[in-house]
Amino acid sequence: MSKIRVNDFTIKVGNVNGTGSASANALLMKIIFRMGVPVVGKNIFPSNIQGLPTWYEIRVTEQGYRGRSGDVDIMVAMNPDSYKRDLAELSPGGILLYDDTWPRPHFLTRSDITVIGVPLARMCNGAFKVARSRILMKNVAYVGAVAALLDLDLDILHTLLREIFAAKPKLIDLNLQAVALGYDYVKQHYPDSNKFKVKTRNLTKDKVMIDGNTAAGLGCVYGGATFGAWYPITPSTSLMDAFVTYCKQLRIHPETGKHKYCIIQAEDELAAAGMIIGAAWNGARCFTPTSGPGISLMSEFIGFAYYAEIPMVLFDIQRTGPSTGMPTRTQQCDIQLCATASHGDTAHILLFPADPGECFDMAVNALDLAERFQTPVFVLSDIDIGMNDWMTDELTWDDSYIPDRGKVLSSEDLKSVDKFHRYLDVDGDHIPYRTIPGTDPKGAYFTRGSGHNKFGGYTEDGAEYKEVVDRLKAKWKSAAEKLPTPIVRRAKQATKTAIISLGSCDGAVIEARDRLGADGVYLNYMRVRGFPFAKEVEDFIAEHDQVFVIEQNRDAQLLGLLLSETNTPRDKLIPLLHYSGEPLDYKFVRGALSEALNLRKTA
Amino acid sequence: MTSFVKPFIRRKNEPTNDLGLVRADYDGAMSTLCAGCGHDSVTATMARAFFELSIEPHMAVKVSGIGCSSKTTAYFLRESHGINTVHGRMPSVATGAIAANHQLAYIGVSGDGDSLSIGLGQFVHAMRRNVNMLYVLENNGVYGLTKGQFSAAADIGSTAKKGAVNELPPIDPVSLALSVGATFVARGFSGDRDQLLPLIKAGLKHKGFGLIDVISPCVSFNDHKGSTKSYAHAYKYYNPAIHADYVPPSQQIKAAYAAGEVMPVKLHDGGEIRLRKLENGYDPRDRAAAIGKLFESGESSEIITGLLYINEDHKDMHDMARMEDRPLNQIPYAELNPGAAKLKELQKGFR
Repeated sequence: MSKIRVNDFTIKVGNVNGTGSASANALLMKIIFRMGVPVVGKNIFPSNIQGLPTWYEIRVTEQGYRGRSGDVDIMVAMNPDSYKRDLAELSPGGILLYDDTWPRPHFLTRSDITVIGVPLARMCNGAFKVARSRILMKNVAYVGAVAALLDLDLDILHTLLREIFAAKPKLIDLNLQAVALGYDYVKQHYPDSNKFKVKTRNLTKDKVMIDGNTAAGLGCVYGGATFGAWYPITPSTSLMDAFVTYCKQLRIHPETGKHKYCIIQAEDELAAAGMIIGAAWNGARCFTPTSGPGISLMSEFIGFAYYAEIPMVLFDIQRTGPSTGMPTRTQQCDIQLCATASHGDTAHILLFPADPGECFDMAVNALDLAERFQTPVFVLSDIDIGMNDWMTDELTWDDSYIPDRGKVLSSEDLKSVDKFHRYLDVDGDHIPYRTIPGTDPKGAYFTRGSGHNKFGGYTEDGAEYKEVVDRLKAKWKSAAEKLPTPIVRRAKQATKTAIISLGSCDGAVIEARDRLGADGVYLNYMRVRGFPFAKEVEDFIAEHDQVFVIEQNRDAQLLGLLLSETNTPRDKLIPLLHYSGEPLDYKFVRGALSEALNLRKTA
Repeated sequence: MTSFVKPFIRRKNEPTNDLGLVRADYDGAMSTLCAGCGHDSVTATMARAFFELSIEPHMAVKVSGIGCSSKTTAYFLRESHGINTVHGRMPSVATGAIAANHQLAYIGVSGDGDSLSIGLGQFVHAMRRNVNMLYVLENNGVYGLTKGQFSAAADIGSTAKKGAVNELPPIDPVSLALSVGATFVARGFSGDRDQLLPLIKAGLKHKGFGLIDVISPCVSFNDHKGSTKSYAHAYKYYNPAIHADYVPPSQQIKAAYAAGEVMPVKLHDGGEIRLRKLENGYDPRDRAAAIGKLFESGESSEIITGLLYINEDHKDMHDMARMEDRPLNQIPYAELNPGAAKLKELQKGFR
């Protein structure tokens, strides 16, 4: 028997959507996490409520890498519709676990894998009476079976079940029973199949498992947002769900029941955009979560907010486009859309979080930046970050934080102002002062999306128009140095080759780069976190002869912005693009980099 | 071309309101609409309503979309904040603004193009939410700024200036408002300020969404023979049915009035609306009756005007959202920050 692989392998569960598999997979992942071993969870699900195939990948990685491996070592095949594909995906030496209530002899056509049949349906049908619980418990039973295969800590499993069902004690026994069915069967019938094993470590202390949408919703609470408007759209819905949950918990007066927040489910994305513009114009901190199609719809309002200089915070949880695209698959395909959303000359501030921790921080950043610069700010997350549970450092909060409400004149301030003009650059920093309605008669002004001069008056005069839009451009540029700074990782040895990437590519890029480094291929790496780009970005490119730009879209959108916004020769930037809709894995990155580097050497 | 500055002229012995302000204090920039435009008359009436109600200009907010009518928010209340948004989307901006601070007086000005075509969805949803604002829809049946296309309010058989006949049924904002839950529904005519002024005052004081559909003829593109939105047509078929006076809380006298002559409706601010010229048996608190009345008058081409429906009992958006009385934009951050310790506690569930 070959060596046992400890704490370094990937389990994939193929299941049928709507059967309760999500909870079973979350349970499996949490057991490993509580055993102190880092895990990565990726949900690859259909745009469907019930019936279509769905997969969940759990990567066990003692090294704490955060991307996918690109391998499947244990396949739990629960869906007959995807058996064929699931069997083919399994790596040599892997284990296929399936429900052999209905035996599938053709699995034996692969001699390089181990097949483990567990009669999950038969056992559950025997043990449980209600039809729905038979389906649900089948999933819990495979958790038991996998627990036996991997030697998972049963005490932790039992504790977790007791916590999950604390409010429904009747379900605890049912679940424990189901776990035992799977566990005992495997232990009894496959006592020697321990090819993969989880061993307890202490590597997840001070870590949490959280998804980016929850973290962003929590960030909006901590950032002091009091208003949110939204239109439901996958995959952004859970961001507002989180905001609602925390507001209910934290912002309702215990005696009066009165709310210190307001959330409106708008009639469409256009209205959601209008509502947050109205609320921000009127001095409330606010935001809207959406996805690419929502940004398309909101574009007219985004241009209005840009030109009339109204703070606006948008979370774009990117999914594959164009059009409806694949609504439950991930991409970074709205970078250029958001950079210049709306007709006319517009330029916006973008933030690129790479994990839920940054979603939390950048939600707060975005609320500050939008008010500081009086303009739309986009937080560009994606399905991978937004909807998957990531192991991340425990979120922390600095109690001395004071929101940056930007240049707002109070009634007191207005006393010392001779005459207030909304769009006058008084301080020479390209940012005018604004006033909130109801503050003071002196502060009144007329907000318009039509041509206006620096005094706020209507204009069709070319020179007056240009004066304002030129200041807007300067204002946008000045934001570059106020955004989260790029993160640079230098190679052990000096190199003229580098990577630039962003967002959810980070985990796979770091791992690919580590592994290439181990093979003697050295690359510097910069992860950009904001747009407009800081000066550092241009300097970093200038330092190198070739820079690979790794991103998840077809059209090299980040690369395009790097070309248009920095002084870089076109052939210096080499696109490495992944846009299948599945989260990026390190093997893809390593393969693409190796290939590109070898080709270049021989060229 | 820049906007015209309206000369600010103070006359001797001008009447002042409770704040010591004169009517001219409620003016705005000079109108750039065509001479004789019905909208200018509505603008002047709105300014007068704010003046007579003694609303501090900076405590009022004007919102509008795009079109001739939407431009008028610049032409009154120069000491108020105004926001001229995007086409058909004023209701959402107003909704957000009111969510942030419900304590200001909000007036939305729109037209039949802005509200009944591109903005139909937002218009309807603001009414459903019973957003506390007065929405003045200046209705001329035509697109003025793009020079004379029919709007969705044009009546069947009405002709365009160049002769085309409209064959599509009109969308009537008043019956639409009644069907989706507006709580103050009125129709006026820009040619009758005496009726319109008290309607605007009552609408501003009503808590909830108030709609006034104001027939406001377009002198440039829809005032010809054959148009059903011309001055001539409006005067001919105009029926000032229900007159509504707003009586502020301070001026209430316990005067006796004969039943059937005046119907008082109590408002949330303690004032009341007194309805006059009511037909026998008509109760503007009865939605079904209002809808019936509207359809009846439609049969005879009559333009029935006045306060057709009022409901003071329905919760407005602020109350439905259970927000506290203090506006969201005045809650100090210290009350909103759950703190570092709480964050630690919240994350226990993520392990």
